[in-house]
Amino acid sequence: MDVLDIARWQFGITTVYHFLMVPLTIGLGILVAVMHTQWVRTGKPEYLRMTRFWGRVYLVNFVLGVATGLVQEFQFGLAWSEYSRFVGDVFGSLLAMEALLAFFLESTFLGLWIFGWGRIPKKLHLAALWAAVIGSIVSAYFIIAANSWMQHPVGVTVGDDGRPQQVDFLAVLTNNTALAAFSHAIVAALMVAGALLVGIGLYQLRKRKLAGRPDTDVDHTVWRRSVRLGGFVSLAAFVLVAVTGDWQGKLMYQQQPLKMSSAEALCETEAPAPFSIFAWGKLGSNECDEVHSYTVPGLLSFLAHSDFSTAVPGVNELQEEYSEVYGATYPDDPSFGDRAGQPIDYTPVLAVTYWSFRLMIGMGAVSAGVAAYALWSTRRGRVPTSRIGVYGSLLAVGAPFVANATGWVFTEMGRQPFVVYPNPDVPVGEQVYFFTAQAVSPGVTAAEVWTSLISLGLLYGALAVVELFLLVRLVRRGVTTGDTSPTPPAVGGSRRDDDEDPRPGDDRADDDVLSFAY
Amino acid sequence: MDLQTLWFAAVAVLWTGFLLLEGFDFGVAALLPVLGRQRADRHLMLRTIGPVWDGNEVWLITAAGAVFAAFPGWYATWLPALYLPFVLVLLGLIVRAVAFEWRHSSHDPRWDATWTRVITGGSLVAAAGVGAALGATTLGLPIDGDGTRVGGAFAGLGWASVLGAAAVLGFSLVHGALFLALKTDGPLRLRARAFALRWSPVAALPLLAWAGLVQLRSGTAVTAVLWLVAALAVVVTWTRVRLDREGQAFAGWATVLLASAATLFGSAFPVVVPSTIDPAFDVTIAQASVSDYTLTVMTWVAAVGLPVVLAYQAWTYWVFRRRLTAEPEHETRVAA
Ligand code: HDD
Ligand code: HEM
Ligand code: HEM
Repeated sequence: MDVLDIARWQFGITTVYHFLMVPLTIGLGILVAVMHTQWVRTGKPEYLRMTRFWGRVYLVNFVLGVATGLVQEFQFGLAWSEYSRFVGDVFGSLLAMEALLAFFLESTFLGLWIFGWGRIPKKLHLAALWAAVIGSIVSAYFIIAANSWMQHPVGVTVGDDGRPQQVDFLAVLTNNTALAAFSHAIVAALMVAGALLVGIGLYQLRKRKLAGRPDTDVDHTVWRRSVRLGGFVSLAAFVLVAVTGDWQGKLMYQQQPLKMSSAEALCETEAPAPFSIFAWGKLGSNECDEVHSYTVPGLLSFLAHSDFSTAVPGVNELQEEYSEVYGATYPDDPSFGDRAGQPIDYTPVLAVTYWSFRLMIGMGAVSAGVAAYALWSTRRGRVPTSRIGVYGSLLAVGAPFVANATGWVFTEMGRQPFVVYPNPDVPVGEQVYFFTAQAVSPGVTAAEVWTSLISLGLLYGALAVVELFLLVRLVRRGVTTGDTSPTPPAVGGSRRDDDEDPRPGDDRADDDVLSFAY
Repeated sequence: MDLQTLWFAAVAVLWTGFLLLEGFDFGVAALLPVLGRQRADRHLMLRTIGPVWDGNEVWLITAAGAVFAAFPGWYATWLPALYLPFVLVLLGLIVRAVAFEWRHSSHDPRWDATWTRVITGGSLVAAAGVGAALGATTLGLPIDGDGTRVGGAFAGLGWASVLGAAAVLGFSLVHGALFLALKTDGPLRLRARAFALRWSPVAALPLLAWAGLVQLRSGTAVTAVLWLVAALAVVVTWTRVRLDREGQAFAGWATVLLASAATLFGSAFPVVVPSTIDPAFDVTIAQASVSDYTLTVMTWVAAVGLPVVLAYQAWTYWVFRRRLTAEPEHETRVAA
């Protein structure tokens, strides 16, 4: 592999990994803040326990988000320096604003929340959490505005040096692509948090019931409320994900038609265009004509244009169109490295775009189904004991994570071979665009990128193992003694008397100081 | 002052702010095995930086972000030329961040000891790496006319990186000790003070040497005075520690950094990456910068955002201003 391929793998792996933590941080942050608000408003003990338990999960996850986000910030310069030079006039300022306006807010106020239990006034303490949560949302907005500008560059002209020159910052901030993607990503993050509440809540409810524990005590309420809250949030978020996704789909048809036609393996222009449910044949060969699929007639026309008849252009026609406008081969220029003079394939990898799009929607649907099951099976105080139902829900916690990751894989790989996609609303002569093949750092050696890819890969793998181990232990343990009081407990043997199966050498007691006061 | 100069100053302030703030948490982490004789001491030390390390780290992210935002030509020359050192910094910062959170997830003393060591190791690597990168960029990188590094993976590293690494490490160690003297009480406070007294004159040498070299190469009369201020501040710090005036000593040591950084950035201006191959290849702020329009937008955003950030960060330091002492009941339980 050459530097370009290694760098792409590295970017893909580290970003997808980062985006495993991100939606949980955003979604769970919002829900924990809601729980905390409920506690401050009502003073009911179950809300305090919910805040403490879910807050701990939130923090364990948050720190890994911080650690992996750092890599993202530097990666543009390290491996993609030509990209950084090219987009500098627009892209860097968005990253800097994210740091200044969002990351400071998140990190400072989260520190205050963690260490502020019992030390600062209750309402101020709650406000600190909200400030951190708002920081996460603002951060998502800026970074998605940066990404959406690559997908749909607005607010710029071509400067003297051939690079984009920013002329309208507000246009960059209000890019329709950014507004759609941001709203989609936020509701998708809520699906992640909802699924987690449902899966773990059902598991704990079942465990308590099988152990014959009363359904009248506070902890029962904790898990029941968690399941109900998670279920409603998941279902509502799924509806919103579909609405915002439809918005994105319509924009994509105008802005990146090849991405959507590839996602559908639609070879020839069709009117009305069908939506493919399952494709077979040589999807992997990237030869569109070899692909066959089961389809729903007219649905694709609807997704693209809101009616069931309008024509949707096929991959073959678009590929030709792009070759005519942007060249059939890469320019014979050293900045293209080995690819100089080679033919350009404007069609992204069909198998990837096709299946990632379906996985995203499918996994979201799985998650919505689980949420519906959870709400149904806990109606009017019931507790489900079905092994399949409960363990299935626990397993399905992973589904929205997969949906989020595949959503990004679709977005990012679907824009190949461009890293900055030409904006079709602008006359061709005034468009800014940039091929991925040009974007990589020229002086960096393959050995260097291999070193970072391997060391980051190994480290990320190890972190995932520890993280999962900690989360599983946290979940098994459930609510602990410290969660019953708003101040760090006087440490020293305050084990709850209603504890289940107290084991010798049980270390719960000062576990509670854990995470909430170092 | 034109916008490019203003943003050069802003970037200088951000990097200096990062070193000033993260410097003490690097230092405290590095001193864990030196000053933290017992587990209780180490817990106490970590509690002094617990609420603030993440906020401090964001100064690095903002500093790097501001370089990208205002001077993409600097960002795109500097990072790939020092690819491996920067990756090392990232690895150090990652393990350090997770260790802060994970170390108290179990009561097994070995678990705790392992992650405490990871915090120390990660902080040392990160501090040295940042120093190496800054050292190399002020004293020159082997870059050609396109800003591309000539030579292999290690071509950017030389004695300048070693000097920079030593400077940041030395500064951080004493800074951490002074911070502990200010924030804790009991025997730890005394040990931290003794450490600062013994080591501050030595630890300042690489920083003064680095700033002095850059000053000799390209400094002005003003930066020469700044350098003298830095050197004088070392003496002041030392005498204040001797008199047990911790607050003044801390301020004195901060002045060492502020004046040295002002010497460094002031002398380097307007070059952001000097080339060791040919001075004609030096990257200057004019070549590296974005358009005036973008700089104007960012100036407005920073003018509104930065004071707010400074205000709430200062406020959190105030909220956690109390001196910390070991909690005896906690420790007896752990010991038992
Ligand atoms: C949709 C949202 C989203 C997306 C697409 C990304 N991030 Fe992220 N990032 C967040 C949302 C987020 C967050 C929710 O705000 C995090 C996660 C955990 C956290 O601490 O903040 C975060 C953390 C985080 C941090 C650490 C902040 C700190 O120390 O507090 C950095 C430097 C970045 N990110 C940078 C990036 C870059 C350069 C990305 C582009 C490739 C990126 N992130 C994608
Ligand atoms: C967090 C969610 C994101 C995920 C999961 C993601 C995923 C990916 C993937 C899988 C690739 C590799 C595609 C390929 O094979 O070429 C990639 C490339 C890239 N992405 Fe993203 N991306 C995300 C967000 C972003 C954002 C927010 C930006 C910009 C701010 C961005 C910028 C890039 C760049 C510059 C590349 C490298 C060029 C390329 O290979 O196309 N990505 N991303
Ligand atoms: C239900 C129907 C859904 C539709 C119609 C839909 C539509 C889309 C479209 C068209 C894109 C690509 C945007 C682009 O490339 O410009 C996208 C991206 C994405 N999707 Fe979905 N989606 C759906 C469900 C989901 C679900 C359930 C999740 C996660 C829980 C999800 C998470 C994402 C993410 C994270 C991205 C990439 C970032 C972004 O552009 O927002 N989507 N989606």
